[in-house]
Amino acid sequence: MAQSVLLSGVSKRYGNDPSGGTLALEGIDLAVEEGEFLSLLGPSGCGKSTLLRVIAGLIPASSGRVEVRAARHGETGFVFQDPTLMPWASAIGNVMLPLRLSGVPRREAEPRAAEALAQVGLSGSERARPRALSGGMRMRVSIARALVTRPRLLLLDEPFAALDEITRHRLNDDLLMLWEATRFTAILVTHSVFESVYLSSRVAVMAARPGRIAEELPVEAPLPRGAEYRTSTEYAALCRQASHALSRAMEAKAA
Amino acid sequence: MRKWLAEWPRVAAPLLVALLVLGGWEWAVRANNVPPYILPGPAAIGAALVRDWPLLWQSLLMTLQVTAMALVASAVLGLLLAIIFAQSKLIETALFPYAIILQVTPIVAIAPLIIIWVDQVWLALLLCAWIVAFFPVLSNTTLGLNSADPNLHDLFRLYGASRWQVLVRLRLPSALPLFLAGLRISGGLALIGAIVAEFVAGAGGAESGLAYRILEAGYQLQIPRMFAALALVSATGIAIFLALSLLSRWVLRGRD
Repeated sequence: MAQSVLLSGVSKRYGNDPSGGTLALEGIDLAVEEGEFLSLLGPSGCGKSTLLRVIAGLIPASSGRVEVRAARHGETGFVFQDPTLMPWASAIGNVMLPLRLSGVPRREAEPRAAEALAQVGLSGSERARPRALSGGMRMRVSIARALVTRPRLLLLDEPFAALDEITRHRLNDDLLMLWEATRFTAILVTHSVFESVYLSSRVAVMAARPGRIAEELPVEAPLPRGAEYRTSTEYAALCRQASHALSRAMEAKAA
Repeated sequence: MRKWLAEWPRVAAPLLVALLVLGGWEWAVRANNVPPYILPGPAAIGAALVRDWPLLWQSLLMTLQVTAMALVASAVLGLLLAIIFAQSKLIETALFPYAIILQVTPIVAIAPLIIIWVDQVWLALLLCAWIVAFFPVLSNTTLGLNSADPNLHDLFRLYGASRWQVLVRLRLPSALPLFLAGLRISGGLALIGAIVAEFVAGAGGAESGLAYRILEAGYQLQIPRMFAALALVSATGIAIFLALSLLSRWVLRGRD
């Protein structure tokens, strides 16, 4: 399989005072296969969001090579931790945005946006303003907006962190369903061990100061996984493994 | 109906205060035999308002005209200047101090100069009113244009949005609430600017506004008419504020 994202020796330094500024990322080597679902798991401040932004091309790496096979506009989708919707636009207006920005006429963009909203289970809420939607629904709109261009690469920056447990589980399952339907490459940043193991085929555990990938953990069970997987012993064992890896990574930081 | 019951104190309470104050005022004037050229009672002022209505109405229209034009000019030029400022930090740093100088210089001090320099009286009045009124729109809109959600900014960049697209689809809509808040302040200031300029210009004749009526009534010791003109100025200010508040609420309906 071809590689979707290939990072070699990527570092990111903020500021350039004589002391060297802050080293947010150091020596990141990471290869993501096309159609893979990868989780970046780490404590806050480990640079995982920075890494995601480097991959998205929103911030440049200070050194190293970043190769992304989804570099054209619309080939990469991004979901932020907050829904990040335009409060003045309806749900469908928000979802249409990526299409409208690339010059797709409204009459063409509108049915595609409606379809994306239907995919995330929001048919009938097209005209609602973000204010009128619940937190979970706003996040669904945000996901629909990221998927409306049919991206090859979807980057998710702790998208479910602010949601309650039940909404979070439902959105996890829906995200896997959407992923199965089109098999885009997904990179999910999370600080939840359970979420990372449940959603992905591989978990990269990150350590902080400087941000680096400490360990990688494959998750063998076939995707997508149903609710019964959450109660399986295999899942519990993997969660424990990931949790230990995370603890090791955090101790390494303290040393 | 229930809503009305819950809201009626908001209307009734200030009305009651007004009634008490006006009643007390009338009583005090009558009980102490205060001559109307010192302090007329509300009844005398009301009578003057009715009697001199044709004259006052003409003047009100004049003042309203200058105020409205100054407000429109503030909105348009304030917005345009803010957009120019928002294009680069350098432009903003270079020009903003001058906007502040215009704002902090007392209009009473520069109005005589403007009236000397500008031949047409209405244009001089408009210019004065504009100088007083444009700053809140400018500063609020500049702030608003820079207050767009940084994540949305990133999203626009991710999809390769042009500068123009960012301005029209992100920065201007983000600035709208602050622009409207600025406009609400500018509305009152435009009226003040127009009145001050009329005072300084002191232009008489058929084309004079409410401020001149106040001056004229003062010279002629027509104190009830003076108060009537003053009441009209206040009522106009309140009406402008309410109208702009309604406009703002209507434009921003459905938003957070």
